[in-house]
Amino acid sequence: MTGIHFVLNGAAVTVTGQPPTRTLLDWLREDRGLKGTKEGCNEGDCGACTVMVSDARGSRAVNACILFLPQLHGKVVHTVEGLKGQHPVQAAMVAEHGSQCGFCTPGFIMSMATGHLNGVTDHDTHLAGNLCRCTGYAPIVRAAESASREAVPEWLKAEASAVPSVEPPEGVALPRSSDELAAWYAAHPDGRLIAGATDVGLWVTKQLRDLGPVAFLAGVEDMRGIEVTEDAIHIGAVTTIAELLPAVAPHHPGFAAMLRRYGSAQVREAATIGGNIANGSPIGDSPPALIALGATLYLRKGDTRRSLPLEEFFLEYGKQDREPGEFVEAVSIPRQPDRLKCYKISKRFDQDISALLGCFNVTVDGGRVSAARIAYGGMAGIPKRATAVEAALVGQPWTEATITAALPAFAREFTPMSDMRASAEYRLEAAQNLLLRYFLEDQGLATNVLEVSA
Amino acid sequence: MSVHKPLPHDAAPLHVTGEARYVDDIPTPAGTLHLAFGLSSVAHGEITSMELSAVRAAPGVVAVLTGDDIGHADCSPSNNDEPLLALGMVHYVGQPVFLVIADSHLNARKAARLGKITYAEKPATLTVEQALAADSRFEDAPRIWARGNLPDGFAKAAKVIEGRLEMGGQEHFYLEGQAALVQPQEGGDMHVTSSTQHPTEIQHKVAHALHLPMHAVRVETRRMGGGFGGKESQGNHLAVACALAARLTGKPCKMRYDRDDDMVVTGKRHDFRIDYTVGIDAEGRLLAVDFTHYTRAGWSMDLTLPVADRAMLHADNAYWLPNIRIESHRLRTNMCSATAYRGFGGPQGMLGIERVMDHVASVLGKDPLEIRKANFYRASTPAKAGPGTGKRFSAEHSPKTAAAPGVQTTPYGQEVEDFILHELVAQLEKSADYAARKAKIADWNAANPVLKKGIALTPVKFGISFTLTHLNQAGALVHVYHDGSIHLNHGGTEMGQGLFQKVAQVAASAFGVPVEAVKITATDTAKVPNTSATAASSGSDLNGMAVKAACDTIRDRIAGHLAERHKTTADKVSFAEGRVSVGTVDMSFAEAAMSAYTARVSLSSTGYYATPKLAWDRIAGDGRPFFYFAYGAACAEVVIDTLTGENRILRVDILHDAGTSLNPALDKGQVEGGFVQGAGWLTTEELVWDDKGRLRTHAPSTYKIPACGDRPRVFNVDLWVGANPEDTIHKSKAVGEPPFMHGIAVLMALSDAVAACGDGSTYVNLDAPATAERILGAVRRQRGGYV
Repeated sequence: MTGIHFVLNGAAVTVTGQPPTRTLLDWLREDRGLKGTKEGCNEGDCGACTVMVSDARGSRAVNACILFLPQLHGKVVHTVEGLKGQHPVQAAMVAEHGSQCGFCTPGFIMSMATGHLNGVTDHDTHLAGNLCRCTGYAPIVRAAESASREAVPEWLKAEASAVPSVEPPEGVALPRSSDELAAWYAAHPDGRLIAGATDVGLWVTKQLRDLGPVAFLAGVEDMRGIEVTEDAIHIGAVTTIAELLPAVAPHHPGFAAMLRRYGSAQVREAATIGGNIANGSPIGDSPPALIALGATLYLRKGDTRRSLPLEEFFLEYGKQDREPGEFVEAVSIPRQPDRLKCYKISKRFDQDISALLGCFNVTVDGGRVSAARIAYGGMAGIPKRATAVEAALVGQPWTEATITAALPAFAREFTPMSDMRASAEYRLEAAQNLLLRYFLEDQGLATNVLEVSA
Repeated sequence: MSVHKPLPHDAAPLHVTGEARYVDDIPTPAGTLHLAFGLSSVAHGEITSMELSAVRAAPGVVAVLTGDDIGHADCSPSNNDEPLLALGMVHYVGQPVFLVIADSHLNARKAARLGKITYAEKPATLTVEQALAADSRFEDAPRIWARGNLPDGFAKAAKVIEGRLEMGGQEHFYLEGQAALVQPQEGGDMHVTSSTQHPTEIQHKVAHALHLPMHAVRVETRRMGGGFGGKESQGNHLAVACALAARLTGKPCKMRYDRDDDMVVTGKRHDFRIDYTVGIDAEGRLLAVDFTHYTRAGWSMDLTLPVADRAMLHADNAYWLPNIRIESHRLRTNMCSATAYRGFGGPQGMLGIERVMDHVASVLGKDPLEIRKANFYRASTPAKAGPGTGKRFSAEHSPKTAAAPGVQTTPYGQEVEDFILHELVAQLEKSADYAARKAKIADWNAANPVLKKGIALTPVKFGISFTLTHLNQAGALVHVYHDGSIHLNHGGTEMGQGLFQKVAQVAASAFGVPVEAVKITATDTAKVPNTSATAASSGSDLNGMAVKAACDTIRDRIAGHLAERHKTTADKVSFAEGRVSVGTVDMSFAEAAMSAYTARVSLSSTGYYATPKLAWDRIAGDGRPFFYFAYGAACAEVVIDTLTGENRILRVDILHDAGTSLNPALDKGQVEGGFVQGAGWLTTEELVWDDKGRLRTHAPSTYKIPACGDRPRVFNVDLWVGANPEDTIHKSKAVGEPPFMHGIAVLMALSDAVAACGDGSTYVNLDAPATAERILGAVRRQRGGYV
């Protein structure tokens, strides 16, 4: 009988007889007695369960609480125990007083060790997915900075790159190509596709749902990666947000800046663009940006493929234009001069779900608006284009008076809801103001609090 | 001497390797059972039926208990009003109604979702207005304290200002959720491991629920993954449930809350509404202050009375208020029972008067710092030794150091004897370059229409001691083994604050040995009985003194023995750097210990400490509740976006008084961490209940504590150099809670930034938490937009 094979802290392991939705965290703690990896929230928001996962694509920090065992097939896993107390970040955290209660510390250590391995220097961004309630983070960042002057241990480099070669396990659907996936999904139209599990993971850990037949997509290599042609930026559905970010940065830096605030490092390493679209979130974060860029969505069912403008995929809350057995294969963005800005509004800057998100792509020719694509998340049951606002802008001079004149269109366009993130009134007012921000930023005014210093 | 050294946390090497064990990490015997609660889905109602057959039939379920099975197993820390499981009535959404005992944590959680309970719903009391209308409160009437002559103060006032401040509560968000493990022992005894700040309370509650004497229950706590007050009383339920289940099944029983359950079931910081009317003179000095506090205490009393008292006790913060009246309403509502949280009401009371300072400055068009300083207590330091003072002869008959003439008193009558904020604030103003930056910010704001900056400098004076006076006691147990190693135990608990390390430094200093010679052991009710909660910032003050007493006793015995053996007197025996010298004879500490042992000298001792000078009448609001005050000040600079209300903390400078610090590194960590937690309370941490009383922010996805990037870009933290004038452990000061209130500077800086959007004709009135939404609303009001 074949099982899930991976390398754990330098030793090969084979896991058999586990349900496919058993989490790495529970397995580590309950079956392996590796208690260093902690459960803080069981939903991927606190980072106490962070582990390092490596494969041919490199090493990533991910949340073990919403990581299912089959996702590890053929990978290398390091937990805090696997650093053996010999890693420079461990010594630095002691020396800089980076732990107080210590409960979040193993998760921080694993994020920091992964960042250290990858040469990360933006610690605030890299550690945004690790919550600490005691230290106020200052000593942790001091420790990360101090450790960055030390070399990556050779043994860790060697272990992280010793990726095992494996065959597909029996009894778990791990398709290796779009064709295999299409065949599996045609046979299991009621099945569930799991890419990064950053959303579906919570169905298991929080809603305690039985997912039925599942397929894991991380091995579908022909649906991974970004191809930039003269006409388009083509993004495979299982491309992670972490992979997408640097790829779009040269073309649309505003998109990349927003993706920096998408989830956390751990979430971006797991979450995929296909999952982000297919799950139909009314907020989404990447869909409004893609809609503003005029993206095309590619769907596949069996051997049948079709494409449609992304905005037409989202029909209403919880409903997408996707048939049973049909899946998102890719999305593409037409090449265009960059006019995109994405404004994400959330209670906390980093690692928060947007209260609203406005993405603006307005073309100005000779002082007049020649084209406008504007899309919002969090303002309706779906990511939605602001067509009435666009209409109010197109053909008009690019002036504050035009913006002001366009503002009443928002109330016709959107009836946002009130929830724990923001009131309907705030959403509407901020949505209007974001258009104004886009204009003022275009005029060269300082509008970004992140760019201000004392 | 080990004390005063910036040594790392004793457990840091265990933290960074994952070896540090928390309750859920302790290996359990085979057959250990796991528990989960079924929770109420309504805020108020009578249980009309409970259909639990699906729960009982669920995979792995061993037993299911209801209130009918166990009766009133009380979990309250105050007045016995918290049955473990609802008895006929439910009082909030999330109240435990039944208990599942299963073979795994996951099976217990799954089964707990299968209960079908019907309720005859009753109207829920959720808001301050609803509670007042229904006269739903704890205690028979509002508590009222007053000093001076309020009408007289108002009569003399040049201006009278009225306002209202609302501030939210706060979820503790300790990273380790509540957890307990109970292992049944022979003869019905119970061994409890609990993530608790209060092992004795756990012991007491478990004993009570099982009808056992306290001696039959032993509670151990090695460490918590954070507490912040949230583990002072909120762990009772898990320990009591496990003990009842362990008795029923004869098996070890463990319970830990899933994060969502933890946030829904357990209490949080009390939210407050403070109404104020103040009379000021032309310079902004407060001649009359009338405060009304309203707090939503939730369904049970828990620790609400002392929390609300402490809010009243900090209504003055650093200011002389000659005529003041404080009325405090402790409202009973159908919500989780608000509980202890770092500062314990102090931050809420203090925010009231800091808001008043901000408001007064706005009305007078002055710098709020000027108003704050104009209202400071008069400078006073203990009378210096020298001719003409009481200390000159330092003999028994010398007069006690009398209050220096003109020492002012708090509204509750305690003399403010060591008011150092004039000097401390002056030093911070200078190091933070406050005046120049304030001017620069005004220029910057004039040039920036969309973004606005703000700055504020706020002081903290925080009273140190439990206001329930009898809690100000502590015990310790110290053993010296004949190899010279030292086993240390005391009643305090370690929740990350570094208490164990500080106290070990005290012990090491007493014996003149390196701190590595001291083994820090888990808090254990079998070693030190009748402990107080590790709370009120008092951990190192109380336990440090108790440990020192125990160590001094043993050291004196060793000294006496060596003096006798070497024909000298005990004062000729010295302990330093791991060596013991008796005149010309020098030996290792281990040799000294072995020598004492072979001479049949006891090398074990208890130690005990009770805080002196305390006398407090909480009903009258009069006396000396605090041994001393801890001080500090913070200067915060922020920027806001007037289009969205988004904001950033750009720079923070803090100068904090930890007395002569026992460990400056650990104390600085408390200041940094406390500040960020306090800033979180007042900015992004918003608790939202809906109109059915359901908490909508019950996970980190919706409740946002500060993340790494939220700490100030520039963050300068320094400790004030100055000994505690009171006789505390090595002249240090408590440091757990006071820095939390430096977060107030952020709210006031945000208020300053919003004010830059207006012409000064209306006050900003920014409530807390100052989310982007609240800030945008305040900006709109400043700009005369719709309200």
